[in-house]
Amino acid sequence: MNALLAASAAPTIHVPHIDYLSILPMLIMLGGALLLMLVSSLFRRVMDARAGTYAAATVSLAALVAALVQWDHVATHGPSVTIAGAIAFDGFDVFIQITVSIAVLLTALIGDGYLRREGIDGPEYQVLAMVSASGAMMMGAANDLIVVFLGLEILSIALYVLAAFNHRRAESGEAALKYFVLGGFSSAVFLYGIALTYGATGTTNLPQIADYLARHVIVHNGVLLAGLGLLLVGFAFKIAAVPFHLWSPDVYEGSPSPIAGFMAAVAKAGAFAALLRVFVTSFPTVQSDWRPVVWMLALLSLVFGAVVALTQRDVKRMMAYSSINHVGFILLGVEAVSARGVSASLYYLFTYTFLVIGTFAIISVVAGPGDTRSKITDYRGLAKRQPLLALSFAVLLLGQAGAPFTTGFLAKLGVIEASVADQGYGLAVVAMASAAVAAFFYLRLAVTMFSPVGDRGDAVDDTFGDDGQAPVGPAAPAGTAVSGDGVADLQVLTDAPPSAEVEERGAVPVPALTAVAIGLCVGFTVVFGIIPGPILNFAHQATLLLLLR
Amino acid sequence: MSINPAWYLSLSVVLFAIGALGVLVRRNVLIMFMCVELMLNASNLAFVTFARQLHDIGGQVLVFFVLVVAAAEVVVGLGIVVAIFRRRTSTNADDLHLMKG
Repeated sequence: MNALLAASAAPTIHVPHIDYLSILPMLIMLGGALLLMLVSSLFRRVMDARAGTYAAATVSLAALVAALVQWDHVATHGPSVTIAGAIAFDGFDVFIQITVSIAVLLTALIGDGYLRREGIDGPEYQVLAMVSASGAMMMGAANDLIVVFLGLEILSIALYVLAAFNHRRAESGEAALKYFVLGGFSSAVFLYGIALTYGATGTTNLPQIADYLARHVIVHNGVLLAGLGLLLVGFAFKIAAVPFHLWSPDVYEGSPSPIAGFMAAVAKAGAFAALLRVFVTSFPTVQSDWRPVVWMLALLSLVFGAVVALTQRDVKRMMAYSSINHVGFILLGVEAVSARGVSASLYYLFTYTFLVIGTFAIISVVAGPGDTRSKITDYRGLAKRQPLLALSFAVLLLGQAGAPFTTGFLAKLGVIEASVADQGYGLAVVAMASAAVAAFFYLRLAVTMFSPVGDRGDAVDDTFGDDGQAPVGPAAPAGTAVSGDGVADLQVLTDAPPSAEVEERGAVPVPALTAVAIGLCVGFTVVFGIIPGPILNFAHQATLLLLLR
Repeated sequence: MSINPAWYLSLSVVLFAIGALGVLVRRNVLIMFMCVELMLNASNLAFVTFARQLHDIGGQVLVFFVLVVAAAEVVVGLGIVVAIFRRRTSTNADDLHLMKG
């Protein structure tokens, strides 16, 4: 024994200190997922069908509580780094952990009714959602480029499977494959960006990169610029910013509806968190190189997202383009490169989580068995059949449009303010114009729900260009020309007017847990739209605790 | 014999370009997967070269992370391919056109 000690005495191995509190929500999510998988495979026969949902809800609540404990710790002790500087433990990180925990909770509640309706059993849905969420949490906490990459992959690989989850629907698999190929491509681009940044600065640790760039002027900075460019392209793919958005409409349309909401909320929260931390806090010294690119991404996303959403007839595709428009808004906060911009982006991400998950919860309910009925015409007369559901949807749509007295209004106002404070007048004007265009398609959908069934030939129908009242034939309205599946739809319309068909179907059942989730989303949107103080203050504090570092 | 590290970097850039071009141009899903792998391994080569140039072991360690991630990605990717193409005869990406708009 002594000989062994003597032999190993000379070179001791230094183990980095691990502050377990800093990664507690992540550990709870991942551990909960693995435990649920294990227990369900051992006791599948005796387990209640709802056990997975309850387990996921409990785990995400536990992660939420852990994140609140973290918040308390950060607020009193200040931000710190841990695990050899690879993980940041600050207000920004905790903010993302809280956002993601809430998203998992809502998705688990919505998923319950969806899985029962589609006849898919097993807790894999919740397990994958939790694993994916732990990846997003890791991206929020990552203080090293390689940890960002690991978080990105944990998030994405679980999402590829979730996109393919409805194996009864061919579109679901197709969406997963498209997402996988383009996701893998973007990850590889991102990784090459990390390699080049490492080559230029000699480290992958973000504070060390910032330090290096602050102390050195790189004369031949081609490698660094290429690295920055590839990193930015990788992020742009993940957040679906134009022109790297091509995968998102297909993936949103094909994925199970609750997963599309989860994807929009969690993947964006994780990717934007990493984008903000990498670019705003680590590369501020070379901002003249990357800001114009972000400016262009924001501009294109704002304009393209809003305009193309106008021509969509499928609500899920419309929401995909609407989320591209939202990405443009959040990029406004990134482009400002200021504490105010970061805080506005965080507030936007937090409120958007509720808006988009709630919206997709309702889309999922209305889509009915098979998850197929998501055309705008399927929403006709919803207000008459189910006033409460239609009202909730209208509130969420108004929130997304940025109507006053909703959180969406303050979110849009925040990023525009941040942009204006930084002399970004042009972009701010474009953002406001695109919000006006976007309001049109949100309101169009809202008006459809409230227009009576069988109401024909009014002005609303004309703007849709996708209703049955028009003479079916070659003279299809302009809107149908854009969509490739217009022909199939028109054939359905020749058989029976859609409104009559909808009437026959009657009300769609709203599962209790889904109703709870929708209620939470709507309640949050309205209550914190009227009393904005707490959440704004929360985002502000999170940013202060980030920039103190 | 000694080789200038710049050659390794050039090779890595070429491999990355071939991979990227392959994903964008080729229509066979399996070949697209292989091209993504090529891109990841081009990054690995760049990591190792830079680590050697900088006399930093960190870059070589990163390669292991990337290898693990690449393996996990392939497992999921092939699973999705098998699930989709069980009922089809070809693995051509152009056959996947249910959604348009």
